[in-house]
Amino acid sequence: MLDPDVLLADEARWRIRLRLWSRSFRKNWEIFSRNKLGVTGVVLVAFFGFLAILHPILLATVWDPDIYDPVRGNDPVIIEKIIVPDGEVTDPVTQISFTEAMIYGTLFPKEGEVVAVGQAPAPPNGAHLLGTDPFARDILSQLMKSAQAAFTLGVIAAISAVAIATTVGSVAAFYGGWVDSWLMRQADLILLLPLLPLLIVIGSLYTVGLWQLGLLIGILSGLGATAIILKSQALAVKVKPFNDAARVAGGSNWHIITRHIMPNVLPLSFLYMMFEVVGAIFLEATLSFFGLLSIPMSWGIMINTAHTQGYTLFGLAAWWLLFPAGLSVTLFGAGFFLIGRAMDEVVNPRLRTR
Amino acid sequence: MARYLTIRLLQMFVLFLVFLTILFFLINAQPGDISAQFVGNPDIPPEAKQILRERLGLDRPLFAQYLFYIKNVLTLNLGVSFDHYPRTVADILLTALPRTLYLFLSATILSYIVGFQTGKMVAWRRGSLAEKGTMVTSIILYTVFYPWFAILMLWFFGSQLNWFPLGKFLTPAQWFDAPYTANMVFNTMLLTMFIALAGVGLVIWGTNRFIAEPVQRTRARRMLFALIAVSMLAFWLISPMSRFAADIAYHTVLPVTTLTLVFYAAITLLTRSSMLETLREDYIFTARAKGVPEKVIRDRHAARNAMLPVTTSFVLAIAFVIGGGIVTESIFSWPGLGLTLLNAVRVEDLPVAMGALAFIGLLALFAHLVADILYAFLDPRIRVQG
Repeated sequence: MLDPDVLLADEARWRIRLRLWSRSFRKNWEIFSRNKLGVTGVVLVAFFGFLAILHPILLATVWDPDIYDPVRGNDPVIIEKIIVPDGEVTDPVTQISFTEAMIYGTLFPKEGEVVAVGQAPAPPNGAHLLGTDPFARDILSQLMKSAQAAFTLGVIAAISAVAIATTVGSVAAFYGGWVDSWLMRQADLILLLPLLPLLIVIGSLYTVGLWQLGLLIGILSGLGATAIILKSQALAVKVKPFNDAARVAGGSNWHIITRHIMPNVLPLSFLYMMFEVVGAIFLEATLSFFGLLSIPMSWGIMINTAHTQGYTLFGLAAWWLLFPAGLSVTLFGAGFFLIGRAMDEVVNPRLRTR
Repeated sequence: MARYLTIRLLQMFVLFLVFLTILFFLINAQPGDISAQFVGNPDIPPEAKQILRERLGLDRPLFAQYLFYIKNVLTLNLGVSFDHYPRTVADILLTALPRTLYLFLSATILSYIVGFQTGKMVAWRRGSLAEKGTMVTSIILYTVFYPWFAILMLWFFGSQLNWFPLGKFLTPAQWFDAPYTANMVFNTMLLTMFIALAGVGLVIWGTNRFIAEPVQRTRARRMLFALIAVSMLAFWLISPMSRFAADIAYHTVLPVTTLTLVFYAAITLLTRSSMLETLREDYIFTARAKGVPEKVIRDRHAARNAMLPVTTSFVLAIAFVIGGGIVTESIFSWPGLGLTLLNAVRVEDLPVAMGALAFIGLLALFAHLVADILYAFLDPRIRVQG
């Protein structure tokens, strides 16, 4: 078969593609980087990416898995305390009552004796930079492991949602008629579903892990809200004259959809991928917070642990339990949200500040 | 408009049936179905198993079971709770429903009113310090992980400052000699809220219809609104329930504020961008050129048209508020539908969980219907052609 690019240029086709791609990337990056908030988003996401990549390396080299494993690790901080009679504890940091000493394993406490007590949760110290949780596990390690989970979930949900939505949107816009109404009524229906309660029940009836949840969110969103948005973009692309040109040149329906409509919908798809990640992470963290997912570790589970172990009202007094995890979900979500907004300006020139 | 509403109502009913279908297959697609725990027990003799099967309707084909299920839900025959044994599911859910409704309504209405006003002002004064401050606060509130934010609010205002109670619905100590049940008082509160809302709607409709002159219309509206507020206050001051109502109201402040704040941020951001789009339209330029006062341009020309996308967003917001409501109810132990659902799920009380889900679905559909009616009022294309 004759290849027009080979006829027109001596260069290999992939090299032309690469050059065009890098040129448009550089141009778009210029517009993107003018938005300070967007760059902040990139920095935030890069920071969490760094955490996620660093975790296995640290576990393989410096960190002892028995101590630093995010789920199995255990390292209560040992503190020596002096036993005093019940009701005479004046300084709980250095003194311990008879009853408490018995709880901690000294069966026959004597006054004035020094006992070693394992403390968990422990505040930040040299060995554990962000302290330990109520089960004496390292918070920093959990945080890094959760970043991996967040990226995995976000990527699965975003890619599946956008792949489905781009196809559904393009097909609905191209064919119109009953295909369009069927797909759009279906999207309306999914939009109406109370998503969180439904996922709560699904999470309690079935075993839902990261992959299942990611795919579930991806499919629901890809057939629902995202499909509607991408369809409107596909409609705008459909009326462009290059489609007629392709038709005249003998292109099939499928050729026009995949080669002419979809590539022009893709920029907007990439934008919605970012918002998709935010939605998926928030849903995952909320469901984990309710303890309904079978995921080894995530930010939601960290908050759930602190909440169910009774540290909800400690606030700043036990800040390392609630703040790192809560801030991580927030900042991770904010990072992708800001990138999305900045990308919106690249895709949608009307939004740029004049 | 009557035709439009009839069609919407029919659509809603079909959607509810589809939703129930999804629920039914969700239960039936489980590995080892719900009946296994009764039917699969080896200690039960085969005859007893057969009787159980027949009584549970498991000997019938799936489609017959499905029709039976739909019929049961539509007649509110939702079965008996496993966890609170003799109580029926319908009873539990009907007790919880008004509480969720209250949270949902007050958070939605408050955030829409305040959020729209803030968004309008902020867009009008673009580039000012107030705008930047509001934007930063809104973006923080909008992106914050909601359960975490709610925990922090509970900690700060409930525990640290000790201003508000730590969740729950009422203070039991004050209710020992109460001649009313909590739900009686609460439903009265909800009822007065509905009446006041209906009154406000009626005033807006009536003044639009009968008073043509704008200044007079505004004056009449203000007076009638004041009348509604005064009569509400008078009712609650005279009513013997007021002491108990005040206790419940005190417990609602923190959950409602928390849910409102997050939702308010979203509305503010949306109104601002919608308003900025509108301000760039030609008719705003024309109005300026004509010498129309700035305030009139802002309120009559720009804000009115900026309102449409904000109203449309209500459809998307319903899911948001319902999800946020569940989290709020769980953290502030507010005994509504969401907490009922979560507790039922934790103790595997399947009838209650499924019933709660059906109720929440119904609530969402109903909210959509209200949104449609509002939209029909706002958009003349629907109002006139219908």
